[in-house]
Amino acid sequence: MKQLLFYLSFPFVRYALVVGILVALCSSLLGVTLVLKRFSFIGDGLSHVAFGAMAVASVLHLASDTILIMPVTILTAILLLRTGQNTRIKGDAMIAVMSVGALAVGYMLMNVFSTSANVSGDVCTTLFGSTSILTLKQSEVWICVVFSLLVIITFLLFYHRIFAVTFDENFARATGVGAQKYNLMIAVLIAVVIVLGMNLVGSLLISALIIFPALSAMSLIRNFKGVVVASAILSVSCALVGMLVSILASTPVGSTIVVADLLVFVVCTVLSRVLKRG
Amino acid sequence: MAYITVKDLEPGYEGQPVTDKINFQVNKGDYLCIVGENGAGKSTLMKTILHLIKPLSGTISYGDGLEEYEIGYLPQQSFVQKDFPASVWEVALSGNLAKLGRRPFYSAAEKKNTRERLEELGIWELRNKCYRDLSGGQQQRVLLARALCATTKLLLLDEPVSGLDPKVTTELYRLIRKLNQSGVTILMVTHDVHVAIEEATHILHIGDNRELFFGTKEKYLESSAWKSFGGKEEK
Repeated sequence: MKQLLFYLSFPFVRYALVVGILVALCSSLLGVTLVLKRFSFIGDGLSHVAFGAMAVASVLHLASDTILIMPVTILTAILLLRTGQNTRIKGDAMIAVMSVGALAVGYMLMNVFSTSANVSGDVCTTLFGSTSILTLKQSEVWICVVFSLLVIITFLLFYHRIFAVTFDENFARATGVGAQKYNLMIAVLIAVVIVLGMNLVGSLLISALIIFPALSAMSLIRNFKGVVVASAILSVSCALVGMLVSILASTPVGSTIVVADLLVFVVCTVLSRVLKRG
Repeated sequence: MAYITVKDLEPGYEGQPVTDKINFQVNKGDYLCIVGENGAGKSTLMKTILHLIKPLSGTISYGDGLEEYEIGYLPQQSFVQKDFPASVWEVALSGNLAKLGRRPFYSAAEKKNTRERLEELGIWELRNKCYRDLSGGQQQRVLLARALCATTKLLLLDEPVSGLDPKVTTELYRLIRKLNQSGVTILMVTHDVHVAIEEATHILHIGDNRELFFGTKEKYLESSAWKSFGGKEEK
């Protein structure tokens, strides 16, 4: 406990906690829609593209990586959604091509134009999140706070529309609601969340942050609002516990959070089985 | 002026029409059944009326106080994903979507409207239940409540009884008839022509053998479309 308070006295530890909570909250809110709309695979593909973009950004020595990564990921999200809707199978293949391609190109760029002596360390950080939670810069924290708030506010304002479009797109379109518009919005929000999450858990693990809390909540709760709220609570608690454990036990942040999410998921799944039988 | 006037409409996909040109009208208070064999283009026509796909040619115009998107739509039951967590209340409330305009949340009036529709259909007690835990007949009532939340002027029903057992089917038809008698205009797509001549006031028959027919039920029973189609059914 003493040790924890000691760490908390450092501003960058507090920054990291704020970022972690916000990212966990955003990803869990969108996760429910993502899982229900069968868009989970897009999240996975996007995170790899974001990795590629990050590699390019670090090669170009940009002041802030986010300037490049954010637009590239958003564009890819829009593109994937378009192809995914027109032709299912081709869309699937498209995502595989893009995500694997981005991974390969990204890794190659990082190797060829390496800026530091420790290339594999850099790659590992990008894929699995910062090994130390303390490497976040203050500017990154602010970017994260602003975008997180944007995502949360957008989600709340469009909550009823997102529900309608997720539950029954045809009905929404038949009553004159532009479902395409909201699909696009959801894709953009996903892209933003993925870019934000890269700081915390890295590009390989961000899918877990999006999908696990939603699945855990869905296994126990049977109405949409309840699932969204439960998913948010589970995700934020897992992120908090994960970060605190990683500070105290010096484990990597990203994977500690994801392991916490995984444990909750297993518990929820077992619990729902038991409840169904009983 | 009719609620809906369809003129020389050619529904189809990617330049390929699925039927000949269709002409019909829906007037206030009508009970129109759209019949035809499987693959005759019933669902394509329906999607065209709902603006889900664009017609290849022809026009659909709206009048008599009916706005373009003022259609309560009851989809085929199979559309909902098995694992979707949504309560009866949430599903029915989402029928008010178009009334939101630019507001982010539903108003008290819209919630009251939803409550009244649920009570009317006898499913208010189920409001906190999960939609997917209900029986087929109850699920259809929830979707009916949602459609009525959107509008009480015109309902478009797509094979509303598919997958329901005979008793529930009869009940649902009785409910639809009651709604029609209370002033709701009904447009129903069905493959069961016998139900159509039992329930409807008007019939639109679509098919590929130049069997297109539109008119009142009485006229339909004398038409060649009925004779070729109805005759086949009874064999």
